[in-house]
Amino acid sequence: MSITVIKAGIADSIQDSGRFGFQHLGINPTGVMDRFSMQLANALVGNEVNEAVLEVHFPASVFLFSEPTILAIAGAEFSASINGEAVPNHHCIIVNKNDALQFHQPIAGTRAYLAVKGGFHVTKWLDSYSTNIKAGVGGYQGRTLKKGDEIMMNNTTDFSLLIKNKKFLVLPWTVDVPALTDKNEIFVIRGSEWDELTNESKAVFTETPFLITPQADRMGYRLENQPLYINRTEELLSSAVNYGTIQLLPDGKLIVLMAGHQTSGGYPRVANVISAHLHLLAQLRSGNELYFRLTDIETAEALFIKQQQLLLQLQNACTFRLHEYFEEHRH
Amino acid sequence: MSYPLIPYRLYALGDSAITIDFGNRIDEIINQSVLARYQQLKKNPIPGTTELVPAYSTLTIYYNLWTVKKNSKQVCGYNWFKAQLEELLQHPFQEDNFVCRTLNIPVCYDEVCAPDLRAIATQKKISAEQIIQYHTSRPYKVYMLGFLPGFAYMGELDERISMPRKAQPVNIEAGSVGIAGKQTGIYPFDSPGGWQIIGKTPLQLFDKNSVSPVLFQAGDKVRFCPIKPDEYKQLQQNPSLFDIEKKEIGGDEQ
Repeated sequence: MSITVIKAGIADSIQDSGRFGFQHLGINPTGVMDRFSMQLANALVGNEVNEAVLEVHFPASVFLFSEPTILAIAGAEFSASINGEAVPNHHCIIVNKNDALQFHQPIAGTRAYLAVKGGFHVTKWLDSYSTNIKAGVGGYQGRTLKKGDEIMMNNTTDFSLLIKNKKFLVLPWTVDVPALTDKNEIFVIRGSEWDELTNESKAVFTETPFLITPQADRMGYRLENQPLYINRTEELLSSAVNYGTIQLLPDGKLIVLMAGHQTSGGYPRVANVISAHLHLLAQLRSGNELYFRLTDIETAEALFIKQQQLLLQLQNACTFRLHEYFEEHRH
Repeated sequence: MSYPLIPYRLYALGDSAITIDFGNRIDEIINQSVLARYQQLKKNPIPGTTELVPAYSTLTIYYNLWTVKKNSKQVCGYNWFKAQLEELLQHPFQEDNFVCRTLNIPVCYDEVCAPDLRAIATQKKISAEQIIQYHTSRPYKVYMLGFLPGFAYMGELDERISMPRKAQPVNIEAGSVGIAGKQTGIYPFDSPGGWQIIGKTPLQLFDKNSVSPVLFQAGDKVRFCPIKPDEYKQLQQNPSLFDIEKKEIGGDEQ
């Protein structure tokens, strides 16, 4: 079973939750930008939530399926279609042999996630499927997808009985989740150099909007606003950074580090985006405005736990529904 | 050997990591403490730890918040993790069996490999040979890895050849040996970079097919050995001709 790229998108790659445990060697984790949507897509098809998925940007690739396949799309709304007929996000979809999946128009959000039941059959590198483009490793040949790429799938179950000679099928249930896109209030907690910001700069940071500049990619978003000032003369030595670390550059502008960030940085870290809001940030892009809202670490943790519990619930519910469906339609 | 207790501060690096900061200095003793605590926490991790990242004067511990919250019960996960660390940091750490590697790295300082060598010589009013001599006459310590997979930050450089970073990054070829401030390092990949390039090694610093894909690790000692252009070509074809590694037990002394 495989999926073939019949037209290449701008930057589609295989990712999982990231390659952790090797940052001390300078090997950056990469991984999906929007982990929540990745986990949701996996939950929908009954996968383990951190199974490798395709992270899709717009304009996206066009994919052709070699065999009947169960898939789900989550994250950005890109007007997906199967053979030209619209299909919704957040549903299990059974496609038939030679069906084509296409994305027509960016309606909301920046990155869509495509999960297939059983996951993609690619080789792990250092315990992870994530593509690291700089090192040319992981994912599909260590790079973004090109026309003609054929990605194998792990699934060995024959789904042809479920679909028979019908066209594709959209299974009736969906998941109830808070809005994943177009949310621009991003919660942050204070960073190690927060206290060194001038009072005026603290006010600018918490009260005025930041514009995401065109320099916004998987590594980081550069933000535009009036310059911020810090009471510091001594340069910082390089030290570890995190997804969501907001650094103050020498020109007074901010950069927020995203999933593809380097392992270390030497700029003042004024704040860090909370884990529970990284997926919201990941669905923004250049031209969007965002507000930073200061919160405390207790709130950050509580929101994260709540999000994880929701995912667990959804995963259980989806697995159950899918199992029931299989039982009913096996013959 | 045992390490003196060094004052530190702890801070949250977001809600999934905590950093021990021993002071913002490039210092052999401070870095030794960082690496000692790194070894200690690697052997006996605090439950929930996902990875440990040592740097010049900091050690960052990443954790799985879900696991930590299970252990901390009602308490804030960060505060629970912080308390575990504070308890551990009260006691000096003893370790006698560190394996200290010395790696000899062949470097060609010929003009074709060293685009910035001549300009540095002019600016410092010394000869290219002197620069090479200053660069190769002492061993360096790998303080940390970062920036790119396998990029080792080494120090300390002879002050007589200390140079600032370039204002604008330029494209640098894999294997290029650079200097910046008190630091020296080698680019494992073609990459934009701001360091002044004074030589090039024929060795591959990153090999995705190897069990240890990265050549250096924090704590290594490194010596640069000057080679001629024809040796460079030879080693490029057959790197095993060069014996790079020497191992010592408990070798923290220079």
